[in-house]
Amino acid sequence: MTDSAVTRPDPMVTQDNEFFWEAAAHHRLVAQRCTRCHVFRHPPRPRCPHCGSFETDVVELSGRGAVYSWAVLHHPQNPAFDYPVKAALIDLEEGVRIVSNLVGVEPGEIEIGMPVSVIFVPTAGGNAVPVFEAVTR
Amino acid sequence: MTSPGAGFAGQTAVAGIGATEFSRAAGRSELRLACESVTSALADAGLTAADVDGLVSYTIDPVSETELVRSMGFPEITFSSRVPYGGGGSMGVLLHAAAAVAAGAADVVVAYRAIKARSGPVRFGAAQISRGQNDVHSGTTSAQWCTPFGVLTPASWMAFNSTRYMHAYGVTSEDFGRAVVQLRDYAATNPAAWGYERPITLADHQASRWIVEPCIHLLDCCQQTDGSVALVITRADRARDLPHRPVVIAAAAGAGLFEQEIATDFYRRDLAVMDGSVALGKQLFDRFGIRREDIDAAMIYDAFTPIFLMQLEGLGFCGLGEAKDIVAAGDLAIGGRLPCNTNGGLIGEGYIHGLNLALEATRQLRGSAVNQVKDAEAVLVTSSRTGAILTAG
Repeated sequence: MTDSAVTRPDPMVTQDNEFFWEAAAHHRLVAQRCTRCHVFRHPPRPRCPHCGSFETDVVELSGRGAVYSWAVLHHPQNPAFDYPVKAALIDLEEGVRIVSNLVGVEPGEIEIGMPVSVIFVPTAGGNAVPVFEAVTR
Repeated sequence: MTSPGAGFAGQTAVAGIGATEFSRAAGRSELRLACESVTSALADAGLTAADVDGLVSYTIDPVSETELVRSMGFPEITFSSRVPYGGGGSMGVLLHAAAAVAAGAADVVVAYRAIKARSGPVRFGAAQISRGQNDVHSGTTSAQWCTPFGVLTPASWMAFNSTRYMHAYGVTSEDFGRAVVQLRDYAATNPAAWGYERPITLADHQASRWIVEPCIHLLDCCQQTDGSVALVITRADRARDLPHRPVVIAAAAGAGLFEQEIATDFYRRDLAVMDGSVALGKQLFDRFGIRREDIDAAMIYDAFTPIFLMQLEGLGFCGLGEAKDIVAAGDLAIGGRLPCNTNGGLIGEGYIHGLNLALEATRQLRGSAVNQVKDAEAVLVTSSRTGAILTAG
């Protein structure tokens, strides 16, 4: 099912990342965790760089984290997005960091360290991606 | 200078440099631009096409070796290579050329970069929806994790680290602006520069529109430029018989670290520090036995002002968070402790993807720079993860 008003581009799915986007389409935020040494990793990769294992679990994350850094994007622009784009790096509780957007906050309200939690928003092709809203303190 | 792994130190030299004009609409192909800069560099070196047996460029460069050879008439190429990592790999061409010549794989290597960053089908800084998973800029950028969130431009990729840097060390946009004023002062007296005769004030910088809050104003961005530059590298002893004073490649290195990316470098723990520059500084100074205080000028990859300051710190020219202070103290000016980017840099002169900085380093050591550092004997030229130290031979 697609919504013609939604212009956010779909994720680019590869054999290495499809588990992540497949979960996101079902509104679940996941990451790889090494079966042997239990270290989380993101971006995904086929092999644990710490212990060398190819055996990997896909684990659902809490969806809670904090803003590690942020950027309010003004120019140049792409018609697929509404500007300014509120972009952030989110440090998740499990120790991985992801690129995402902040929703429901004004640019002037964004602070490093602010607690956030995940919600999912649709993409043009009927998938979904994780974005983050502020957690009321 | 017999430290381990530095066997090619001092064995090779830049014998010739060449460039096209830098413009906003070259009106001709990248191949044509490359032919012009290479022709100019060979003439400058006092060599001919028949002398060339090696080629080095960037993986992202659109000019194929086959077409360049076909136009230049190089009779036989015995060595060719390309350096990945986009602009971060730009000085890797000096490492490849020096290593190839010192190892005997080639005698005369041409290093080139041709770009139409302004008038090409897609402007280099444009907000484009990538068609590939990774290959927005030479396999260096994990576009797949950025595109669905509108993080589409080089400025946006650099911004997260820049914001974190400002937060960690209390650096302000005005601090960046003071560095840009210095770069534009240099460009203002450089007839080849986009910013020729157009210096700016700090107020101009602050009044220029936001590209990315809170870290990148319009005047913090390098100039999307059309043009080409080339260098000719050969053995230092052969260079001594050529027209110009040789510019010796005393050191050359690359440093790519675990979890480091080039533009989308988000996955190291502390993004307020450019760990790659820290590692590169150790490579260039410690491994090659050269002291930072012996560097007379530095050319540092200034795609955007924040990474210019962060590299000054990473390379060890000042403490973490102190680049703003050495900028404010005038250390980067002629007569200062470390004159930097004396052509105006990528922000003031133009963006030939970093390689025009290597030409400026060469001119400083020949004594032919527009903004000349008196008696320059050693010049550092770096991008984020590659670099070289050039010395007057």
